[in-house]
Amino acid sequence: MGVSLIDGLFVFMLAGFIGFEVIKRISPLLHTPLMSITNALDAIAVIGAIVLVGRHESRLSFILGMLAIIAATSNIVGGFLITDRMLKMFKSSRPTKS
Amino acid sequence: MNPEFAGGPLLIQILYLAASALFILALKWMNAPPTARRGILAGETGMVLAIVGTLLQHGMVDYKWILVALVIGSGIGVPLGLVQMTAVPQRTALSHAFGAFCVTLVGTAEFYLRTPKVPGFMMSVLCCEVILGGLTVTGSLMAAGKLQEVLPQRPITYTGQNVVNLSLLAVAIAIAVYLVHNPGATHLYPFMVGISLVFGVMLVIPIGGADMPTVISLLNSYAGLSAAAMGFVLNNKLLIIAGALDGSSGFILSVIMSKAMNRSFTNVLFGAFGQVAASSTTVQEARPVKSASPEEAAGILAAASKVVIVPGYGMAVAQAQHKVRELFDALSKRGVDVRFAIHPVAGRMPGHMNVLLAEADVPYDRLMEMDEINGDFPQVDVSLIIGANDVTNPAAKTDTSSPIYGMPILDVEKSHNVMVIKRSMNPGFAGIDNPLYYMDRTLMLFGDAKVFVTNIVKELSGAHA
Repeated sequence: MGVSLIDGLFVFMLAGFIGFEVIKRISPLLHTPLMSITNALDAIAVIGAIVLVGRHESRLSFILGMLAIIAATSNIVGGFLITDRMLKMFKSSRPTKS
Repeated sequence: MNPEFAGGPLLIQILYLAASALFILALKWMNAPPTARRGILAGETGMVLAIVGTLLQHGMVDYKWILVALVIGSGIGVPLGLVQMTAVPQRTALSHAFGAFCVTLVGTAEFYLRTPKVPGFMMSVLCCEVILGGLTVTGSLMAAGKLQEVLPQRPITYTGQNVVNLSLLAVAIAIAVYLVHNPGATHLYPFMVGISLVFGVMLVIPIGGADMPTVISLLNSYAGLSAAAMGFVLNNKLLIIAGALDGSSGFILSVIMSKAMNRSFTNVLFGAFGQVAASSTTVQEARPVKSASPEEAAGILAAASKVVIVPGYGMAVAQAQHKVRELFDALSKRGVDVRFAIHPVAGRMPGHMNVLLAEADVPYDRLMEMDEINGDFPQVDVSLIIGANDVTNPAAKTDTSSPIYGMPILDVEKSHNVMVIKRSMNPGFAGIDNPLYYMDRTLMLFGDAKVFVTNIVKELSGAHA
């Protein structure tokens, strides 16, 4: 357990710094789509729920897992869908002028 | 009890590794509109790889129900992905709640599966996961309710609010500490979850609509951190990475929002926002203002060579963005240089105005950030303010007693003429009077934003024909 804790903290620290550097560069123009796509990516928590349902270790874990998959999947599908709709709307005036 | 999750067959780990890389690329490509849609594709691919990898996990016996849940979830997700653009803030708050709900449920299931054989470290991250998840669920639902206006938008405050809130949090943490030392005390677990749920409600109650951009960003960050904590519980690095990315994204946005409102950093971290709005009820004295009709406004705009439009939440409420685009087109056709000045906290979530104007087909290179455009205002002929108030209030620079003193604003008062479309002289959401309205160069255009802009456009096209 000790080793994986330290591993995990290293991963968390590095990912946090990468996130910081990458997201800092995102134009404020796209902050709303950014929030909706991070929402969809955050729903990766679905994999924990899938394991709960798939292993079916207890009735409680199965029921909670089912609800969790439903909640997360709706975020995945809805999040990517609305981000795509938003980004389609962003048009530049330059191509039309030339 | 799934130690295999840690090591796992190599294939699964490789799929998770690829998914992690794709998630980072997804955010990297989000930095500018030309590459942003590629970012979505990367995110989707990563998600599919991760789910496939998880289905290959050892010990899975029940695929049918996984499929059922995935289908139901997709069925709910599609309508949530197709909401009106004006409803995006509440949709976002709702999806923070869903994400945190998933994390809290998984944490709860893991607790009951593993207890009492839970090592101290794992119990402490599990408690982090569930407390953060729980408060995000109810906090986000409250925020969504306020944004949808099913709950009162006014901040609800009472004396000792911070003491009550901090005590609730302290009790939840105390239970967590006890559970770390006595993992068998399962009867205490529901109390910990319950208190964090109540805490989420209490946290958002004192927050008014104008503070929503900060709150939504902060809840975004909490949702991410709870997912990262879940990654520690399950010893899954992909979850840790995705959670850290989401956590830092929400964190950066809330820092940007708080800076744009001149709130301190600790103020954001401890969620003690919203108090400022309640304190300022200065007596209104009737001062003279100059008002103008749509015809006069159209005349001034047509004679200008540089116009800056400042949109705010009022434009969203009046659904005026499409009419504003028509105004943009009519003026551009006459050779007027029209740009939009977007304050970071205009609207109800980060980037809200940009999305609404993009939806109305305003080209995004006409949308200017505050820092980009502030230096240009002295050369601007007309600043047209549509449904924005506090973000243009010069009192933020001059009046040390003003609740918004120190907040960076758009320097519209430096432009040659200022026009403000406003329903009436009632002060805006925060109840703060705006000296801008009494300046000699300011014309007040009283009326509904959509109707008024429509009339200006009619005048412009009529005069042209």
